[in-house]
Amino acid sequence: MSRRSLTGDALAQVGAAGLFLFSILAAIPKSLRHFRETLRQIWFVGAMSLVIIMTCGLFVGMVLSLQLYYTLAKFGGTAALGTVVALSLFRELGPVVTALLFAGRAGTSMTAEIGLMRATDQLSAMEMMAVDPLAYVVAPRFIAGVIAMPLLACVFNALGILGAHAVGVSWLGLDNGTFWGNMSANVEVWSDLVNGVWKSTVFGAVIALIATFQGYTTPPTSEGVAYATTRTVVSSSIVVLAIDFVMTAFLM
Amino acid sequence: MNTSNHSPGSDSPEPASAAYVQIRGLRTVLGGKLLFDGVDLDIPRGKITAIMGPSGTGKTTLVRHITGQLAADAGQILVDGRNVPELSRRQLFELREGIGYLFQNSALLTDFSVFENVAFPLRQHLRLPEEIVRNIVLTRLQAVGLRGAAQLMPAELSGGMMRRVALARAMIRDPGLMIYDEPFVGLDPIALNQVLKLIRTLNDTLGITSILVAHEFAAVRRAADLVYLIAGGKIAAHGHPQELAERDSPWTRQFFGGEADGPVPFEYPARDYALDLGFPAAAA
Ligand SMILES: Nc1ncnc2c1ncn2[C@@H]1O[C@H](COP(=O)(O)OP(=O)(O)O)[C@@H](O)[C@H]1O
Ligand SMILES: [Mg+2]
Repeated sequence: MSRRSLTGDALAQVGAAGLFLFSILAAIPKSLRHFRETLRQIWFVGAMSLVIIMTCGLFVGMVLSLQLYYTLAKFGGTAALGTVVALSLFRELGPVVTALLFAGRAGTSMTAEIGLMRATDQLSAMEMMAVDPLAYVVAPRFIAGVIAMPLLACVFNALGILGAHAVGVSWLGLDNGTFWGNMSANVEVWSDLVNGVWKSTVFGAVIALIATFQGYTTPPTSEGVAYATTRTVVSSSIVVLAIDFVMTAFLM
Repeated sequence: MNTSNHSPGSDSPEPASAAYVQIRGLRTVLGGKLLFDGVDLDIPRGKITAIMGPSGTGKTTLVRHITGQLAADAGQILVDGRNVPELSRRQLFELREGIGYLFQNSALLTDFSVFENVAFPLRQHLRLPEEIVRNIVLTRLQAVGLRGAAQLMPAELSGGMMRRVALARAMIRDPGLMIYDEPFVGLDPIALNQVLKLIRTLNDTLGITSILVAHEFAAVRRAADLVYLIAGGKIAAHGHPQELAERDSPWTRQFFGGEADGPVPFEYPARDYALDLGFPAAAA
């Protein structure tokens, strides 16, 4: 395939995904009739990702604490450890790392599920029973992604702080009062915490859009579903990092 | 049974009022292949009409056109007086609420039990008390002999059982039109007879119209009132099954008489055989 048609294909995909987003949004009012399905998806997507998010949050907080302690020690500023860790987590690492983990765990499973439903005619069967699969299958998963992502990012942040505290205070011997005091004096709820929550909501929407789009439009074969699942991870990761840069630049 | 309107060579099908489905000038190109090249056909009300033809001729595609799952390139498709290509998505859904459709591969929802699969159309469209849902679903499962399997998941069923669950689901809302896509494939003789009898009984007792896509002439012969044979993008023959079986044309001889070669080629179009085997000289 020539480079030009590769670019053309990518652009066509972006356009198609954009149109798909509009059809999801249009289907959301109808999907409220299947509200239990939406709740089930939020529960499912959240519960599925919770363990991996918690584990990774803890380790990221621990390693962050080690690295930043080492750096801060050069300037004699280890008292600021709590602040620096919290700002890194809330503003950047929490939303982004959670999004990447979420794409790998929940995004792939959304794509595989919907793709398999496509390959086994379950989506067509719904259409024939006069049930709109956009409202019954896609919209609930999209909403679940938008709602679950910020919550998961908050869980990630909380465990990250705990991990940082464990390393900084219990292991490296920083004073407990200094760690918390410095942090609560310098971290702004609105500009720092909400800023990150806002980011992760957008990431949740983007990942859920890519995952459902890939599943919905997959070629109806097992090979097609496999490729679609891979594409979900690759595209979500790239798009999340790109959007992260743009949003950070604008939200600063 | 009235078959006089479908006598051999009759160009003018039945009047519109009598036909549940009326197709005129259907043209479809799929994947670069001309599937339908000016197909006209009528599905009479209250009858079982079989659509037959070799695999890959577009039987499934035809019923997908009728239900608006796939747009044709040209032609008029009237279902119960409504022109399917012109319907909005909402109108299509309204139309489909009156159609029962049995998928070739059953297409059961894998997340739901047998019971919930059959109850799905009821739960989605009607607000019925649980007890009534239960009664309707169990009655339909009883009719296909699977009441005992109500709590099983689709993955625990054999292919034939899935087909019967899908059948119970397709007829749960008493549709005016039932479409069966290859309902006999993969059934053992007992299940086949049961499904055959069920299709016939449903049609006769509820007065619904049925479209039966199949290629097993022995089974079709016992159920259908009218047969359309599609081959080469056209209606190759149509009429009462008995009459078709006796008619002497190359199409019907091959298809109903079971001759291997005839107008429907056994071989997929290919390059010269010698060339493929690496003897270029022989090809010249
Ligand atoms: N969506 C599609 N895109 C391209 N080709 C298709 C599509 N659907 C079906 N076909 C082709 O159309 C032909 C008829 O298919 P189908 O209607 O399933 O045949 P049948 O049900 O009679 O066996 C086949 O050759 C198939 O490969
Ligand atoms: Mg078919």
